[in-house]
Amino acid sequence: MPSRDEIFEKVKTTLVDALGLDEDEVNGSSRLKADLGAESIDFLDIVFRLEKNFGIKIPRNELFPESLFTADSGFAENGRVTDKGIAELRTRLPHADKDTIEALAKDPRIENVEDLFTVNMVVNFLTAKLNG
Amino acid sequence: MRWFWIDRFTEFKSGSHATAIKNVTLAEEHLHDHLPGFPVMPASLMLEGMAQTGGILLGESNQFAHIVILAKVPKMTFHSWACPGDSLLYSAKLIQQSDEGGMVEVKAHVGERLVAEGEIVFAHVDDAANGGAKIDQKNFVFQILRNVMDVGKAGNGTGA
Repeated sequence: MPSRDEIFEKVKTTLVDALGLDEDEVNGSSRLKADLGAESIDFLDIVFRLEKNFGIKIPRNELFPESLFTADSGFAENGRVTDKGIAELRTRLPHADKDTIEALAKDPRIENVEDLFTVNMVVNFLTAKLNG
Repeated sequence: MRWFWIDRFTEFKSGSHATAIKNVTLAEEHLHDHLPGFPVMPASLMLEGMAQTGGILLGESNQFAHIVILAKVPKMTFHSWACPGDSLLYSAKLIQQSDEGGMVEVKAHVGERLVAEGEIVFAHVDDAANGGAKIDQKNFVFQILRNVMDVGKAGNGTGA
């Protein structure tokens, strides 16, 4: 079973390749969009590379549930995540940083959801998947 | 003029890899100005040719159930160039695919010489992704491109 550090190193290489970064730009707490400059199409690229590098399949929306907040989902209203949406995030993103979810619950602007997508979240997801 | 940047497939292994040929000719207008006195195939059009080879490879693997669009070029390096009279051979290898799209590794050669290599990511655009509205497929290069699959059906002229 790969250790968390080994997984982190591989995730770092994946992000360096997918986003054209330098290695020292990638830290555990880096947010994929705000800090590393990922755009939505990059998430597809990142998932492909993780699947290849780790030899696994990542079902759609399991790692990055971007489509959670469509207009009729009931999870978002007037640009804010509803209580129902926060509850859904807690269930659907067990690999996300708990403190960031709490911060989102206090300031539920929808653009803050992206802050959940960090390098650590990806590492947590893979650690659970590979060792689970 | 149609937006065909490959002339013919020379190998097609469904869901795995494909190679296509592009013959560069001085009759193509873009070569008259690119570059003055030194006609070379623009890198952007070689990229398009590699994307067409890889895009058809991905599309065919799903029996063309999805509309395939070029989403991202994570890596592309040009090592050399191609001039009129050269035959560019584009090869594409399908390395990842899912319901959402796919990724190919591509190369361009003239003979043994490596001209370019890189990776291309494609996304599927479907009616569902378009809010349920019907997409006018005629507007997509991808649909026109499927005609390239028909090239070669006339045989090689020997009547064999």
